[in-house]
Amino acid sequence: MTTSLASGVSCATPLVETDRVQLGHGSGGKMSAALLRDRFMPLLDNPVLRQCADAAVVPVEAGEIAISTDTFVVSPLEFPGGNIGSLAVHGTLNDLAMMGARPKFLTAGFVLEEGLHLDVLDRVVAAMATAALANGVALIAGDTKVVERGRADGLYLNTTGVGLMDGAFRPRPDAVQNGDVLIISGPVACHGMAIMSAREGLEFEAEIRSDSACLVPLVERLRERVGSAVHAMRDPTRGGLASALNELAATSGIGVLLHEGAVVVPPPVAAACEMLGLDPLYVANEGVLVAFVAPDAAPEALAALRSHPLGTRAAVAGHAVSDNPGLVVLRTTIGSRRVVDMLPGDQLPRIC
Amino acid sequence: MKYLDEYRDASIVRALAERVRQAATRRWVLMEVCGGQTHTIVKQGLDELVGDAVEMIHGPGCPVCVTPLEQIDKALHIAARPDVIFTSFGDMLRVPGSECDLQQVRARGGTVRVVYSPLDALQLAIRNPDKQVVFFAVGFETTAPANAMAVWRARELRIPNFSVLVSHVTVPPAMTALLSAPDNRVQGFLAAGHVCTVMGWSEYEPIAAQYRVPIVVTGFETVDIMEGMLMAVEQLESGRFEVENQYVRSVKREGTVPARTLVSEVFELVDRKWRGIGEIPRSGLGLRPEFADFDAELRFGLSDLSVAEPAECRAGDVLRGKLKPFECPAFGVSCTPERPLGAPMVSSEGACAAYFNYGRLRRREKEREGSMTAEVPS
Repeated sequence: MTTSLASGVSCATPLVETDRVQLGHGSGGKMSAALLRDRFMPLLDNPVLRQCADAAVVPVEAGEIAISTDTFVVSPLEFPGGNIGSLAVHGTLNDLAMMGARPKFLTAGFVLEEGLHLDVLDRVVAAMATAALANGVALIAGDTKVVERGRADGLYLNTTGVGLMDGAFRPRPDAVQNGDVLIISGPVACHGMAIMSAREGLEFEAEIRSDSACLVPLVERLRERVGSAVHAMRDPTRGGLASALNELAATSGIGVLLHEGAVVVPPPVAAACEMLGLDPLYVANEGVLVAFVAPDAAPEALAALRSHPLGTRAAVAGHAVSDNPGLVVLRTTIGSRRVVDMLPGDQLPRIC
Repeated sequence: MKYLDEYRDASIVRALAERVRQAATRRWVLMEVCGGQTHTIVKQGLDELVGDAVEMIHGPGCPVCVTPLEQIDKALHIAARPDVIFTSFGDMLRVPGSECDLQQVRARGGTVRVVYSPLDALQLAIRNPDKQVVFFAVGFETTAPANAMAVWRARELRIPNFSVLVSHVTVPPAMTALLSAPDNRVQGFLAAGHVCTVMGWSEYEPIAAQYRVPIVVTGFETVDIMEGMLMAVEQLESGRFEVENQYVRSVKREGTVPARTLVSEVFELVDRKWRGIGEIPRSGLGLRPEFADFDAELRFGLSDLSVAEPAECRAGDVLRGKLKPFECPAFGVSCTPERPLGAPMVSSEGACAAYFNYGRLRRREKEREGSMTAEVPS
């Protein structure tokens, strides 16, 4: 790095070893190159990324591709069950998988805040690398920018994923049919409450861990065993199960009847929701999928999900109905019914 | 979940509902005082289960809903100041003031933070000595002890940059005001269990005797509420009008004495406006003169602000039990959770929001039945 003097003469300033992100890391100069060489490449290395070209050029088979992009701004950056890096990989791969695509490539865009500990960055990159490798996905392009301290919350991360479509298997959000069986792959509300607990400094008897996980293997089992009988899938992230089901009901023009007793909320998560005055149906998940499956294939779909560690607690939680198109109706454990609507905005904690 | 699942047992709820139906020889009109109870009733459809035995009227016990417009406007005014960190419980953020709400103030550059305890707000004041930290002290007797504690601690620790915008209200004067109204329909009350956890129930005994109404101190889970209904109906059927305690696991007759003592040391009874109801004498809590240094209204010179309520919002009739939320012309039309006209549409404890979120199915089905009837040729 050089500093210009008024006379136009420049004088070399030393490159100081640092444990924090500095503005110079985003300068495009030597510090940027060192960051890429020392922090990113050792973990993410592959032939395409190694070219360091302006764009990644990759061969693909003929057919259709699916593309999805997502930006991650979670705070805290690290939480029980993962960090923003694993979350950003899982989140984008899951979005591809919900459309029936097989994820192949990933890009990552980092916005780093001046002052971020490089140790944190290392752990985030390592988690990304592990998550991508485990799912056979290559990170083929990336970008890093640094903003002044106070202009970001540690680090923001965008990932874009590319997946290959496989002809026959193409669940779609508008393809839910009357009579379809609703299957939820596991307990809900874990990710959101892990984040909230970490943020509020709440401690419970059992630690609440985020469920952040890649759903690709679960989807593979559904593809192999029931294929096109899966009409629609969604991973209920922001807005939780309630919002995901509302979106599917509205897009497909069907009603959804949901059974309260069939939706599993782990006891510590339920306790945290009670304490904070939140409804678990609206709390985010990062490792759960909902699927609407043709009735005759539902037992096999359930067995397929349960055969994988991520789906051992998969359960039938309701079905698509012709009544009340566009609405999600919950049958409570005491037998009454109510509408489960979308929230107007953030879920706000109650006073008392 | 231990200590909760037992009180949500579906078979017990159904058995209690059956007993309510059998006990009632006529339709009784009960009011649940607390917004938390309203939430459980509408969310779980408890009023459906008792059929014609009981009509539930939703009472004024949601602190968000009854906070008058002018207190909201004062909050917005304070929160917009660049030298202020304004702190509040979460559901006050979306309550509309005359022009905007706290979320919009935040988007325009104000510093507004959600806290779970007023003591967290006090910590913020200690950590930010160059800022004025203001806590929006709303709520019934339930939140009063913690708010009193924050003010008490602030004085003890001599924290000069902490103050509270007080809009506390108390339950008994509101019940008296409802019962004194010439068109009152309420025949019995489910009193608010957490208010009574703090205050006990002795102050309800003269009300039960004078107005000849059963008052059952009731909890918040489905079994609690159904049992409270049963106890009230049994009293009405046998011509009794006593204060009874359903919420025995939490409430004692004398309440929680240290909490009551602290509240009375920091606060005194004052006249207070209720949104939609108007001023009720000696129905609110205000800071005692010796704590005036911590009064945000005095600190920011807002004591004289007075604002008229919008005419289109019938929150007052809803809060008094004269109008079901869905009978209001604005309900779901010009007033929705996205664009609330009044506070009962904002808070999840508010009667209007509870109906909007959970009761629409029943309303839709009733409308459908109505239109089918209308189509039958005469």
